[in-house]
Formats: sequence, structure tokens, C-alpha cells
Amino acid sequence: MLSYLIRRIVNAVITLLVVTMVTFGIFFAVPTITGSDPALLYIGKTADPASLEGIRTKLGLDDPIPVQYGKFLKGLVAGRDYANGADVTHCDAPCLGYSFKTEQEVTPLLISDIPVTLSLAIGAAILWVLFGVATGVLSALKRGTFLDRAAMTGALAGVSLPIYFTGQLALLIFIHELGWLPDAAYTPFLEDPAGWFTGLILPWVTLAFLFAATYARLTRANMLETLGEDYIRTARSKGLPERTVIGKHGLRAVLTPLVTVFGLDFGTLLAGAILTEQVFNLRGLGYQALTAIRQNDLPVILGVTLIAAIFIVVINLIVDLLYSVIDPRVRLG
Amino acid sequence: MKGQESMTKAAQSENLLEISGLQMHFPITRGVFKRKVGAVRAVDGIDLTVAKGETVGLVGESGCGKSTTGRLMTRILEPTAGKVVFEGRDVSHVGNKGLRPLRRDVQMIFQDPYSSLNPRHTVGSIIAAPLQIQKIPTPKGVKAAVQDLLKLVGLNPEHYNRYPHEFSGGQRQRIGIARALALRPKLIVADEPVSALDVSIQAQVVNLLDDLQKEFDLTYVFIAHDLSVVRHISDRVAVMYLGKIVEIADRDQLYSNPRHPYTVALMSAVPTPDPARRNSAQRNRVLLTGDVPSPINPPSGCRFRTRCWKAQDICATEDPALTARLGDPESHQTACHFPVAEDEVVAGRRPASSNA
Amino acid sequence: MSTDSLAGLTMPAGPAKRPFLEVKDLTVRFNTDDGVVKAVSGSSFAVERGKTLGIVGESGSGKSVTSLAVLGLHRTRSNATVAGEIWLDDKELVTASDEEVRKLRGGKMAMIFQDPLSAMHPYYTVGAQIVEAYRVHHKVSKKEARVRAIDMLARVGIPQPEKRFNEYGHQFSGGMRQRAMIAMALVNDPKLLIADEPTTALDVTVQAQILDLIRDLQEEFGSAVIMITHDLGVVAELADDVLVMYGGKVIERGPAADVFHEPQHPYTWGLLGSMPRLDRELRERLTPVKGSPPSLINLPSGCAFHPRCPYAGRNGDRSFTESPELRGGVHAVACHLPAEDRQKIYEQEVAPNL
Repeated sequence: MLSYLIRRIVNAVITLLVVTMVTFGIFFAVPTITGSDPALLYIGKTADPASLEGIRTKLGLDDPIPVQYGKFLKGLVAGRDYANGADVTHCDAPCLGYSFKTEQEVTPLLISDIPVTLSLAIGAAILWVLFGVATGVLSALKRGTFLDRAAMTGALAGVSLPIYFTGQLALLIFIHELGWLPDAAYTPFLEDPAGWFTGLILPWVTLAFLFAATYARLTRANMLETLGEDYIRTARSKGLPERTVIGKHGLRAVLTPLVTVFGLDFGTLLAGAILTEQVFNLRGLGYQALTAIRQNDLPVILGVTLIAAIFIVVINLIVDLLYSVIDPRVRLG
Repeated sequence: MKGQESMTKAAQSENLLEISGLQMHFPITRGVFKRKVGAVRAVDGIDLTVAKGETVGLVGESGCGKSTTGRLMTRILEPTAGKVVFEGRDVSHVGNKGLRPLRRDVQMIFQDPYSSLNPRHTVGSIIAAPLQIQKIPTPKGVKAAVQDLLKLVGLNPEHYNRYPHEFSGGQRQRIGIARALALRPKLIVADEPVSALDVSIQAQVVNLLDDLQKEFDLTYVFIAHDLSVVRHISDRVAVMYLGKIVEIADRDQLYSNPRHPYTVALMSAVPTPDPARRNSAQRNRVLLTGDVPSPINPPSGCRFRTRCWKAQDICATEDPALTARLGDPESHQTACHFPVAEDEVVAGRRPASSNA
Repeated sequence: MSTDSLAGLTMPAGPAKRPFLEVKDLTVRFNTDDGVVKAVSGSSFAVERGKTLGIVGESGSGKSVTSLAVLGLHRTRSNATVAGEIWLDDKELVTASDEEVRKLRGGKMAMIFQDPLSAMHPYYTVGAQIVEAYRVHHKVSKKEARVRAIDMLARVGIPQPEKRFNEYGHQFSGGMRQRAMIAMALVNDPKLLIADEPTTALDVTVQAQILDLIRDLQEEFGSAVIMITHDLGVVAELADDVLVMYGGKVIERGPAADVFHEPQHPYTWGLLGSMPRLDRELRERLTPVKGSPPSLINLPSGCAFHPRCPYAGRNGDRSFTESPELRGGVHAVACHLPAEDRQKIYEQEVAPNL
């Protein structure tokens, strides 16, 4: 088990390295090769050649690309100094550089955004798993009834409708028309739990709707298949009450494959979060990313990509470990 | 009658298939670099010859390597060691092109008639496929050729355009047989061809295989776990245990005079469909204890020794050769240091809940 | 010794005591998109405690559906209708409430299945599943249940039961897995044990061990056993009485010795003629039954066996229009052929070829 864990962590680190390499390559190397100048992006078109040269030296843009990448990695791990002669700026680890636009350090900027996105993602994930699984189980047990058909039609709608449609619709109905909820906004949980909740409920529902639908369909299909399994018949033949048969023996088998799907969906969830943040005007990582892309703010884009990659890799690591715990056949096989 | 006839026939005619020292070790790998940490020794050195026109039965329990042997004979698998010689030609390691004639002359029939037929193809196209792939001339057209084959295996030729799911299990097995016959093969390797079928259908298919053998002078290797079916259809029978042949003999010899303790146990375990003989059958039954050891790490010496009531020290140190024992004819070979004699009283049954 | 176990059936309702398990006119239907599946039609039989009833038939003969009906396992299927009477120890089960039947299930009556790998939950340990079975029917602590489960594992011949208790089904060999299933079924001392093809998925040497175990345990517990199988050899080894089913109906019923030595129904002859036997001289050819088993949605008219029966034309068109009833005393048969004709055909045409 321990060697498995170590192997998985090594794999995760390698994956992250590859991700940094690729994003670094795309965002920094490509402009250099194609002739557009990152330094120009940094200070704007009107810069005089001297300060442009100074910026280049300070950011290390004159170095060969592998050296730049090496410095970037060092900055991540140990922090780095940007120096142009006596003009030295120190950037603490993990250093992601400075925003081209605001000249702020990228790391603290993004760290302050993480809670927003994380609140959104986790809240939505909890909602969708609960609703998706519950709907799926109910649908499977009441197969062919009105309830089943209604739930599955709803699920189909959830899968098909894009966030900017459902999100705008929800905004319009619940905030502007009915006025049931305040405008969506992020309040830190520790400051005001109730405000945190009411401010995020609508984005959660919007984001969760998309995924809950998939999970409901998946759960329903899994449950129907599981109910036909021999071990369910065994459970019944032991005289277990039906709720134990479904709730324990059935659900356990249904949830296991969902864990894998959940890990795979996490990337999509982050993508969904970008859209949702945009629709509800929440200042999270997604919002930051979109703004940065519009302004060609390379260090911020790189930072967001890296953080997203870390999330996905870590979640998948957790899912794999979790999977080997809940499915003994994987653990011992 | 059938046994004697084919014995002489086997002695006279040349061998169609000869396998020697045949080995199939499936590697077990671990880690990112696929380090080899061991091997499943599915088939671990067997010699067998199949003469033209005879039926050789291959019996054994699950995991003994009989199916792998069948796949090596048809070169679906490539052996890790040893030789497969078909009609005097060594085909052990020939590539796809060299296998082409073999694919025509050697056919396989599988256990599961449900999964070995593509559900999206009509019966007609399933049976016609080998004809077209091998570019066999069909003077009256492909359709006529396929319909002849359908008739041959007892199916309605008008069902040419139906799909496999429209047929019952027994009929599907007939389709599988028709497909195998399409190329007029010399050797058919049948892997548990009747074990998925109901008893009454089983007999139909066994009789069909019998008839086809007579009509086309076919040679069969019949792989099965059912000792009574194997007895019915085979001229010679080889018993396998953990990747090796432990006993081989002409059918009547083997069933009337089993030498290897495993063969004895296997035969005594078959339930007798006669309630009157229930008590005597149970009294004379040798109940083997424990499970078949893992083929990853088989016991030293004789592989059966861990479950054998006759095992002694030598069994752990020396692998007994497959050879004629106790004055048996050369055709009856046993791999055992202490073969069971004709009049020997075999160890009786043990209570069910002992350490079994 | 076994000839009187069906006596309760042959006698009209009277002062005779009801057999331990008595099934009367059991009919099971499934509504499907393709039509009504007549899985079991009017089947009747009985088993006493300490006796074994063998139910033989091919796939689709209704043998498994019958056993599931006894356990009330069709109740969870909304498309199933079960009619008739099932009396277990003087309690009628078809009309009993779901809760009443559930309490008997796994308690007074238990079942073991064909494929022990798929019949065990892959995510729970073998021990946990046995403990669960025990605790449904006994108000005991987990600790006590654990002691009981380990005891049962030892009883069915599983070495190192404490260690095996914590392992999963897939870590057991096929034979050990079936032993564990038997331990689970017997944990509540059931008075009726239904074994549905318990050895079909096993190798022949392991099958011998398991049959031996079931026989031993039956002696020890004195339960009634229903052994469902397609293998006539297995039935001959274990059963006191035999039921032959075809197309959802009982077509022959009687003491094992009678059914094997003087089979009455042409289908039973066909079954016996189809199987090669180690205990007989070699036959040049097997004598199979022609054709295939019928579809239960579209059963042949009259006698369901008539399309496959070599003697179907002998009574005018009765075989094609009229369904034969199960008639006779202890050894009963559902066939239109007159008894003396059957006797003659069997002796002259069938027996020499077996």
C-alpha cells in the first residue's frame, strides 16, 4: 500500500512537471518564437527601448527558453530574485512571477481567489452528488412510472442546457423577478456563514444542475444493473429488509464507479466554474483567468493553469486511493 | 470396436499434428517499467501427437491448461518454448503470412456459442467470411456454398439471413461448426463445444460431430472437462493437471485401467446417474482435499503430490516422466512414481468437514 | 424408505398431516414486452424434513423459478404473478404478507446459488456477509455473530476460518466460495435448504466435495433439501424423490429409484438417452431428443413436449390439443400414452439403448 502511494505521488509530480512544461512552452516560448515580445506585453506599446531592455533583463527574457523554464521552476520551489543591476525584487516561493498588467505578484493574487472557486466547486459538487444519486436511485426503483420519466426528462434538460442559459435564467427569476435571493456574491465563510450560503446558492444550483443530470442518469443505469445482480438476490434470500438490500448492498455497488467518474469530472467542473463565475460575477479563479486571457497577462494565465492542474491531479490521486479502499478487488487484485 | 480400428489406423497413418516440449508462460509484470516478476505457467512442457483421422480428448479441471493448449495448437497463441509441427511443418513461430495455410487447415470451435458469433452479422455472412478471406472458389456462388454448409450441420438453409440471436444455444453451436467446416479443415480443435448446452442438445451436437468426422475424414482434438463426453467421442485421451499431461492412453485403456492417482480421483468423482449404486459409488470415491495449487508457483517434483494420498519423499524431488508403467503398452503413459495397480484398493473417502 | 414422502399429495385432503413443504398448483407468470412468460404452470410437490427432492430440467424448464417462488423472491418483481399454494410447516406463503415471508427467508428456509462468485457481494468480506445473515434473524451483538460465523465456516470445512472471515469472495477458490455460501445459508439452522445448481460452476472433484458436504450437513441438521440441477448424476447421488420439469410443468414425479430405473415420460427417456455414462458400456451413438426446448411465451398446444416427442401421433390428436395431467400414485407421469404402451416402448425401444 505504501509503495503504491509513493508510486502514485511520483506519478502526480511528473504529471505536474509536464503540465508546467507545456503551459510554459505555450505561453512564453511561442510568443518569442513567433516574434511577439513578452516584454512589450509587460510595459505596453509605448515603451522606450532602454526600459524595454531593462525589463527583459529583469524578467530574464533574454535567457534561452530552457534556462527561463529552469528559473521558473526554481521560483516555484525556492522563490527567485528578479534583478536588473541594483534593482532587485524578491519573490517568495511558490513564485509565479508578476502580472504583466497590475505588476502585482501572481501567487497571492491567485491564492486570494482560491476560496471563491473552491466554495463554488465543493458546494456544487455536494449538491450534485446528493441530488443526482437520490434522483437516480428513485428513478431506478420507480422505473417506468411518471416520476421516473419526469426525472429523466429533467436530467436530459440538465445535460443539454448550457450554464450561461440556465445561469441567466436563474438570475432573472430568483433575483430580479422574485427577489428571493440577494445578488450572487462571495462572502468569506468565516465572516458570515449565512451570507456565504445565500450568496452562493444560486451559482451552486446552476453548476450542479449540469452535473446532477449526468449523475442521475448514471446512477439510475448502475442501480438497474445492480438490482439484477446475483448478490442482490442473495441479500434478499437472507431475509434482509428491502431498504437494507437497496441502501446497503445496492448503493455500495452503485457508488463505487461514481467515484471514478467524479475524479474525471473535476476538470470539467473547473471549466464550468469559469463560466459560472462569469455569469454570476463572482471574483474567483475563473474570473481571473478570463480577464487575464483577454489582457494577454501571461504569468496569471500560467498560474491559473498550474493551480487547476494541481487540483485535478490531487483529486484524481485521492479518487484512486479512495477507490482502492472501497473496492477490495482493486486493492488486493 | 471404434477404439481398435483407430488404433491401427493411428499406427499406420502419419501424424497430422506433433507438439513437443510445448510451453506457454504468461508473464506477470509489475510497475511502470513492466518488470517481470513471475509467470503463470499455463502449459509447462507437453508432448502430444495427433494422428490423421483420430480424436484425441484433452480432459482436466479448470486451470489445467487444456484451453491454452488448444490455442497453441491452432496458433492463436505463440508458444514461449517448444514446437508445434503441423503436417511436418514447424509452425511454432511463423508470422501472419506463414499462418495463412494453417488458418485454413486448422479450425477451432469454442465453448460459448453466444459470444463467439458477431451479433451484428447475419448467419450467412458469418459462415461466408472464412471463404472470402481465404479466397476459396465457390463454383455455385457463396450463397449456395453457405446454404450447403447450413444443411450439413442440420440448420434450415433458408435461415441464411437471420442473426445469431434468433437461434437457440444448440443452433448457434451448429453455426459455429458450420463456420469451422467452411474451409474443409483437416484438424478441428473443439474447446468445450458442448458444455454450455442443455443435456438433450449436447447429444445432438456430439452426434453431429461424429457424423461430420466420418463424412469428411476429420481429425479432432476435443477439449472438455466432462469425462463421460470425452470417453464417448475420443479414441485417445490425455489427462492434464497444472499445465502437464499426467496420463495418456487409448480410451478403453484409460477408462478401464487408470494409472495416475489424479485420473482415478477424477473418474471416481463423476456422479453416477443410478440411485441404486449411490452407496457403492460414494464408498469408492476418492475425495481430493484442498485446491489446485497456483500455476505461478507449482509444487516441486510431481505437481499432484500436494493432494495425492500416495505421495512419498521422491515425489517432491523428482518430476516423474510420462512413460509406460506397470507393464502397460507403449500407448499408455503415466507420469507417476507410484501408479495405481489394477487390483489396488484406493484410499477411501474422508469426512466432508475435515480439512478439505 | 422414500416411497411415502409424497403420500400427502396422493391422498385427498384428510386427517393426514401436511408435509413439511407442500407446493400445490404453483403457477408463475411474468408479464414482459414480448408477452406473458408462463414460467411455471400448475406444479405440485412435497418434501419432508430430512429428505431430499431433486428437481431436474433443462434451461427454461421452470425449475429455478419454482424455487425462487418458494422463497418469495418474485415478490420484488413487479411483473410477476404467483398463484397456488405453498405450505411451509403449516403456514401458507403465497397469501402471507411480505414481512412474514421476509422473516422466514434466510431463517426457516435458505438458498444457495449456482455461481458463488457472483452471488457474493464483492465489496463486503465473507465474514461480514455471514454475520449480516445471522443478525437479521437473531438479536445478538456483532461479536457473538462473529463467533457463530467463524464456527459455521469451520463446520463447512474451511481451513483457518478466523483468517478467512476477513477475506473477500474473490480471494476464495471456487469450492471454498461455495462452502462459504453454504455456511451463510445454514447460519440460521434453516429447516428447508434450496440448492439451485450448487455445483454446476465447479470442477468435478470439487463438486464431489460439495455434494458430500451437503449430504453430511443434511444428516446433521435434518433439514429438507431441494436440489435443483440439470445433471441427472447429481440427482441420482442425493435425491430421495425426483421431479422432472419441462416447459414449466412437472412431467414426471416419483422416488429416485423408480424414476431412474423405470422412467415413464418420453422426455425423461430422452434425457437419459442423451447423456453418455461412465458406468455403462460405450454406445456407438447417443440418442438425443430432437428439436429444442419450447419458448415459455409461446408454448406448444396440448402436451408441450409433442413437437419433440417421437410418440406424439399415437393417440389421435390428443397430444396436440389436450395438455396431459400428472397422473399416477407415488410415481406419477403427465403423458397421454397408456401405461401399458409406455411400459412396452420403454422395455423394447428405450432401455436397450441406455
